[in-house]
This record gives sequence, C-alpha cells and structure tokens, in this order.
Amino acid sequence: MNLQSEIPLEYMTILSTLVFFIGLTGVLIRKNLITMLMSIELMLNAVNINFVAFNHYLYPNRLEGHFFALIVMAIAAAEAAIAIALIINIYRKFSTVSVDDVDELKY
Amino acid sequence: MTGPKIIFFVLAAAIVVFSILSIVNRKILRAAIYLLFVMVAVAGLFYMMNFQFLAGVQLILYAGGVVVLIIFSILLTSQINSKLEKPRTSHLIPGVITAVGGIVLSAVTLLQFTFKPSQSASVEINMQTIGLQLLGTSEHGYALPFEVISILLLAALVGTIFIARKT
Repeated sequence: MNLQSEIPLEYMTILSTLVFFIGLTGVLIRKNLITMLMSIELMLNAVNINFVAFNHYLYPNRLEGHFFALIVMAIAAAEAAIAIALIINIYRKFSTVSVDDVDELKY
Repeated sequence: MTGPKIIFFVLAAAIVVFSILSIVNRKILRAAIYLLFVMVAVAGLFYMMNFQFLAGVQLILYAGGVVVLIIFSILLTSQINSKLEKPRTSHLIPGVITAVGGIVLSAVTLLQFTFKPSQSASVEINMQTIGLQLLGTSEHGYALPFEVISILLLAALVGTIFIARKT
C-alpha cells in the first residue's frame, strides 16, 4: 500500500501538532494529578505519531523512527508507573490529588 | 475519496475529538476511557503505515497497561461520582491561548517547509528485521539503547516498589 500518494506527510504532522497542543492545554488547565498524567500521555503519543510518520514517508529503507517510538513507549510506561506510585503515596499523606493542596515538601 | 483516505480521516477525527473530550470532561473515569479510545485510534494509524509490531505494542502497552493503571489509580484515589472542579478562568484563558498560538505557529512553519518524499524502496518490516536490529551492534543496531532501556525499567520497578510501600 503506497500511502504517500494518498495522504501527504503534512496531514500527519498537523494531526500530531493538534494532539500535542491539546495535551499541553490539559496540563495547563487541570489541577488533578491523574488528569495531568493523562495529558502527558497524549503528548507522548503525538510525538510517536510524528516519529512513525517521518520514518514511513522520508526514510522507508530504515527503521530509526520505529525504534525511537518503541523507546518512547517504554519510557512512557515507566513514567506512568512511577507517577502513579507517587500519586498514591501523596493521596495517603494528604487525602487529595489536587496540585493546589499539595504544597509541603516535609510533613 | 479513496479507501486509505477515508480511514485516515476517520482515525484522525477520532483522535482529535476523543483527546479534546478527555481533557474537558469533568468526570475523571470517562476522561480515562476517552484516552483509551485515542490510544486505539493511534494504533490504527500505525497499522495504516505498515508498522504492525508497533501497533501491537501500542495496544498492549498503552491500552492494556497504562490506561488500566490510570483507571486503577482513579479508583484508589477518588470517588467514582465526584466531578472535577471547573478550570478557573485565570488558567483557562492562558491555556487556550497557548494551545491556539502553538498550533498556528507550528502549522504555519510546517506548511512552509516542503518535505521531499523518499524514492528508495521500503524495507520489509517483520519480526526478524526488528529483532536483529534491536540487538545488533553493527551500523543500524540498537543494542546500547536496548540495554539502557532495560536498566531504566529495572530502576522504575525498584523505585515504584520503594515509593509505594507502606512505611
């Protein structure tokens, strides 16, 4: 299947731009730690779309973007696990996950 | 409109609509489910571009792993029926301005640049190629990143247990 004649690369990059900035807005407007983590996952996904699209369109003879996307996914999974451990710990100490109420380093 | 084009636009519309819904919805569990839909649509996009292995990893790792972990932590930390507070206007306005400004800036820059599609023949992506390159030490080998990632995952595992344990 030749995708290049059907869908220009610009469509893919515009799509990933939209998703990235939607995720950024989510980080900026939400106060809940879990929602902010979800927005960060959205941003990482947008980056992955870009890597894969550039690999497919510009360097189809190599697999650089493929492995970059794989590594980003592994880091995203590790990051989500650490973040959720922190969130659960914060909830135990403060009984809330809102960033406004968590304002002490030492308790 | 041909087949791939229709599929692309359906997937793109799903990705954009569900990601907007997942950040504006005030019920957090629904937001997590919308995030799941985004992940599945992105996996479809990878499949369209002939990266079957990556699409599978996306489904297993994101849809099966990260979203389940997020739902798990939502259930541990908040009541199901509780609604998130409305974003304050003093946060909403800068956030939306940043998003619109960033999208316009990036889109203008992107559309001014002309990408030259490659004419070289595409490599066949099967498990053998992926495995050989992932553990290869020659020119296109990724043995070092692979080992670094495995150490990172070990560190994340130990760190998560250390952080989340009860003292």
